[in-house]
Amino acid sequence: MAMKGKNCVAIAADTRFGIQAQTVSTKFQKIFELGPRLYIGLAGLATDVQTVSERLKFRVNLYELRENRRVKPKTLLSVVSNLLYERRFGPYFVEPVIAGLDDVTSEPFVASLDLIGCPMVTEDFVVSGTCSEQMYGMCESVWSPDLDPDQLFEAISQALLNAADRDAVSGWGAVVHIIEKDKVTTRTLKARMD
Amino acid sequence: MECLIGIRGKDFVLMAGDSVAGRSVVAMKKDHDKMYQLSNRLLMAACGEGGDTVQFAEYIAKNIQLYRMRNGYDLSTKAAASFTRRNLADYLRSSTPYFVNLLIGGYDDSDGADLYYMDYLGSMVKLPFGVHGYGSFFVLSVMDRYYKEDMTRDEALVLLQRCIDEIHERFIINLNSFKVKIVDKEGIHVMKDLRPTTKPPEETPGTQSMDIV
Repeated sequence: MAMKGKNCVAIAADTRFGIQAQTVSTKFQKIFELGPRLYIGLAGLATDVQTVSERLKFRVNLYELRENRRVKPKTLLSVVSNLLYERRFGPYFVEPVIAGLDDVTSEPFVASLDLIGCPMVTEDFVVSGTCSEQMYGMCESVWSPDLDPDQLFEAISQALLNAADRDAVSGWGAVVHIIEKDKVTTRTLKARMD
Repeated sequence: MECLIGIRGKDFVLMAGDSVAGRSVVAMKKDHDKMYQLSNRLLMAACGEGGDTVQFAEYIAKNIQLYRMRNGYDLSTKAAASFTRRNLADYLRSSTPYFVNLLIGGYDDSDGADLYYMDYLGSMVKLPFGVHGYGSFFVLSVMDRYYKEDMTRDEALVLLQRCIDEIHERFIINLNSFKVKIVDKEGIHVMKDLRPTTKPPEETPGTQSMDIV
């Protein structure tokens, strides 16, 4: 999930890699850095999470080489949308969320997409995954506009942890990135490992 | 019905695979080796669809060797695993997907010993210990209990023996022999085959054999 704050954004994910009921790894990376203040989180089929992140990094690298500047969050949204829609009839089973600060204006940005690339930009938060309903409930309760970075960290952590605890196949560890104008803080949460 | 086990130790990776090659209900070969050498210090264990395992393993092994020939040095474990993952993921959505589950264990001078777990869809994860097959349901909990970081070779072999005993105890399919190999700085070493330790049957008091007169 990703949330907007006052001049900051946060993105968080659990770290479980499982095959149906069996948990294979508790350190699976689902959030990828595509720029100093731009992150994408991918929920869904593990192989497609890895393939889409690799293909996306390739496209972003080419973009930055051609344009000679960093990609803006809104543009990244379109790049991901295009990547996913190219496979309209044989899609990648992923539901991305994007969180970042515009590198010129430092304006916060969050967005999400569905598996065939339908973009959705929101003013508050975005969620994706097996426990999306639970996450919607938690986010709606804990979020309020203009949270500062520390309050935003508390809000997103509580939202993720409690939503994941109500889903049998989510959890087993969590990681949160707080993206501010001058730094990014990454913290691993102490989560229920069950 | 196959089982692959990989355990990462201090500066080595211990890999084991059952040695039964079967088709349907028949065990055709009892001393089959499912581990393929990709390079001097890279070992891949593969299980899954019959022909796919050998074809895919040999394809990857030859490509790793080609890299070495072209560039003069070996691929790192991480790079070889990523290359393998890319191939599996690309073939997945083609008309000829490979149905193979892999464990790749290797040693580099820069990262030390590494173990990568890959399933047939191409999801890859670096693990301290990994198991494929039905055996995983029995063995992962044993590993969670007894595994510790930086084990010595002997400790890892004891842990592996525990796992094999557990499989023998509770898995319905008889996997009574495992091929074992260790990858470390010096290369790939073939160890003795491991079998489940058999306890002598206990005498139940009060029963006597009766001769029919």
